[in-house]
Amino acid sequence: MSTTITANRNTLGTSVLRPDGAAKVRGDFQFSSDEFATNMLWGATLRSPHPYARILSIDVSAALKINGVSCVLLADDVPGKATYGLISSDQPVFAKDVVRYMGEPIAAVAADHPETCKRALQAIVVEFEVLSPLVDPEQCLDDSIAPIHPDGNVFRRQRIVRGDQTIVGEVQVEGTYDIGMQDQAFLGLEAALAIPGHDGRSVELHIATQWLHEDRKQIADCLGLPEEAVQLVLGGVGGAFGAREDISLQVHSCLLALRTGRPVKMQYSREESFFGHVHRHPAKIWMRHHATRDGRIQRIEARMLMDGGAYTSTSPAVLINAITHTQGPYVCENATVEGIAVRTNNPPCGAMRGFGVVQACFAHERQMDKLAKACGIDPVDIRLRNAMSKGDLLITGQPMDSVAPVARCITETAAIPLPDDPEGGDPLLLPGGSGLTAERRNIRRGVGWGVSMKNLMYSEGFDDYSTARCTLRDGVAHLKFATSEVGQGFVTLAIQIATSILGVDHVELEQIDTRIGSAGSTSASRQTWMSGGALDGACRMVREMLFQKVGAEHGIDPLRLAIVDTDVVDTMGTLRIPVREASAGSTLAHTFEHHHRPTSDLDENGQGNCHVAFAFVAHRAVVDVDPDLGLVKVIQIATAQDVGRVLNPLSAIGQIEGGIAQGLGLAVMEEIVIDQGRVRNPSFTDYLLPTALDAPDVEAVFIEEPEPMAPLGAKGIGEPPCISVTPAIVAAISNAIGKNIDRTPVRPQDICL
Amino acid sequence: MSAEHYALQVNGTRHEVRDSWVGESLLYVLRERLGYYGTKGACEQGECGSCTVLMDGEAVCSCLVLAATAQGSEIVTVEGLAKDGELNEVQRAFVDKGAVQCGFCTPGLIVAITHLLDTDPNPSESKIKESISGNICRCTGYGRIFDAVQQAIEVRGMNR
Repeated sequence: MSTTITANRNTLGTSVLRPDGAAKVRGDFQFSSDEFATNMLWGATLRSPHPYARILSIDVSAALKINGVSCVLLADDVPGKATYGLISSDQPVFAKDVVRYMGEPIAAVAADHPETCKRALQAIVVEFEVLSPLVDPEQCLDDSIAPIHPDGNVFRRQRIVRGDQTIVGEVQVEGTYDIGMQDQAFLGLEAALAIPGHDGRSVELHIATQWLHEDRKQIADCLGLPEEAVQLVLGGVGGAFGAREDISLQVHSCLLALRTGRPVKMQYSREESFFGHVHRHPAKIWMRHHATRDGRIQRIEARMLMDGGAYTSTSPAVLINAITHTQGPYVCENATVEGIAVRTNNPPCGAMRGFGVVQACFAHERQMDKLAKACGIDPVDIRLRNAMSKGDLLITGQPMDSVAPVARCITETAAIPLPDDPEGGDPLLLPGGSGLTAERRNIRRGVGWGVSMKNLMYSEGFDDYSTARCTLRDGVAHLKFATSEVGQGFVTLAIQIATSILGVDHVELEQIDTRIGSAGSTSASRQTWMSGGALDGACRMVREMLFQKVGAEHGIDPLRLAIVDTDVVDTMGTLRIPVREASAGSTLAHTFEHHHRPTSDLDENGQGNCHVAFAFVAHRAVVDVDPDLGLVKVIQIATAQDVGRVLNPLSAIGQIEGGIAQGLGLAVMEEIVIDQGRVRNPSFTDYLLPTALDAPDVEAVFIEEPEPMAPLGAKGIGEPPCISVTPAIVAAISNAIGKNIDRTPVRPQDICL
Repeated sequence: MSAEHYALQVNGTRHEVRDSWVGESLLYVLRERLGYYGTKGACEQGECGSCTVLMDGEAVCSCLVLAATAQGSEIVTVEGLAKDGELNEVQRAFVDKGAVQCGFCTPGLIVAITHLLDTDPNPSESKIKESISGNICRCTGYGRIFDAVQQAIEVRGMNR
């Protein structure tokens, strides 16, 4: 039997190119902002200029008189539920009596031109009684301070108590760490096209989102319509990184379309986008590690305070991710952790790549460096000495019962050569870049480490299943799923799965929409595992049906049949027919739901098997620092990542390099600056993002130890790259200047003052 | 809205723009009036480069150009780069080298890099980085984009 794989087939494990690549480079790919309908109107949102204020009156009469304005909608115009939210439905569609953050929606208008919309928004008169905003998370714990929302000022409080609480280490290190508010800053701004049904009781929404079905549920509730009356179609998504998990303009655009009876297009500007989606939680984390003199962790104490902003979003889940990752990828048997997520009048925070683990990791990795120093041990050795492995118990009591190659991640990262000696080179590539402010002789080079553990999929008993359908017809596999393609390349993987399992070379991807079961969210590094698992299951079932058919037609036990290249082959005989021929004239279809193993809630002491699975990664950063101006250039990031199995090397390296760039942003430049609840830098002029000149040389190694629980043996790879790279860079800066730094992003004043 | 009437020359085709508001940017008119949706808007401040087009052979941010002032200029958008349906070397390299993820920054980068290589067929590494530092990509971390530029340089060199 031949086992040769035909060259150039789009099978798993090869660098198959994106099916949408050509359209994207031509400019033909339709993003949600490129959608257009005949007779459409434009929609726009009126937002609060105040972080906290009572609304005394709203007068829309002048706006309605402007030529071209079709309607203005307020809170009382919402026919269904007045609020929405992923975990707790506490966010109003439109603020009615009170606004709780700067940028909160108050009204929406529809008009014939974006400029008419702007004039209409300016013509709406809102009378506010400005209130003093609650902006200090610590104050949220003070019961004497009035709640700013009927649900109170604390979203969730959870502790983890495990083992011996009395252990006092021979060595103790502690610190209080500040992590700034990061923006996802996807390039493709929020945009949607809502098309009302002829009956006026249904709507189709073309939307860039991470989770079509969850959006639909929340939208239908607010519209007061059954879910079947609301159909969502995925518009082309220009990046997501967590920011499209919550509702932004979905409900507003549908309301405007249903009210006017005309298609309505909405799209945010960059400034509005900063107010229109949730951000990464800023956090203050205190940690104390107790260890033996030779650096073995005995006990960790921690307190994490996360600012969730005005509405819940995913704060309770982000908090649990943070506290359950307190120990990082290290063995620890005793722990006392308190976690609190609070409500303030700051911008709402929710999902962003890394989801709580970024914050915890920054703290535990800075602690590991302090521990190394206190024990006189190398930063690599301290991490290897404490590295977790399969069979260890987490501080939640959950067993690490699958692949956990932490030590390999560290040693293989350490084996990557350091970059060349800093002498010479282009002055453009020094800290300060094109400003040419630095002289090579003043530059100091530093090296730092970060290692992390990240949970995959959703946690705490949530069944985030995924659905996919495969239809084999005349040798062509047609695949249907509701999995949001946000740029990560699931559409490529889908083709690879069908090609590998069914022996087809022609795969058609159907429209991504809500006309099939949910795929869950494109988040939590979960789609390769979950939607990959659903497609894998659907394709395998269809292959079985094909074997049954061929077996019946040729009098062969179907168990003897296999797919080899593009043929159905009798492994014990001579029959060999092309899949195209074998499937001719018939339609074989199966819809498959993939569920991961169940998880459980945490008890009052934070004990429970709350996570599905984990992935690990190590990062080593090399930086150049100008100590006089406090400027940093990240030279090289070396990394070895636990990926399970590489399904597409080109996609995988893209995820790793892209994640590293975002982690670099959080280390040295990206922070939403807030003053008394007011965002001071809602633009790409003032919120800085890594450019091509900031990109470090990335040297990456894949650690391939197939994950038995994962349908394709592959772990999710999206989040780990951006997690421990941030503390690695901050450690490298500390190393370069000989000064400890406990906050991120590192600002020039943190270095030179 | 005041009615304005002017003409734009885009990818070799003359387009009449009627009944527009004079304050519209070139980005808006290209997209919403002329249907050249390949050009993207992501910051409206000339910071991100998503809206890069060529105007009389210079790479400009179309969000910062008033459309009416572009009369008489030759404008080239990403749609004007593929000749007879064939991707140009930069476009081909972006697909081959994994430089495309979400693809939103891609048209601007393709225009900027095509322009770079038209003016300097063999740019240094630092010149490449500086030339595209006005085009922000949030997905790739730029590594695959640098790879794509190298392929495009090599292929163009062979084809010369």
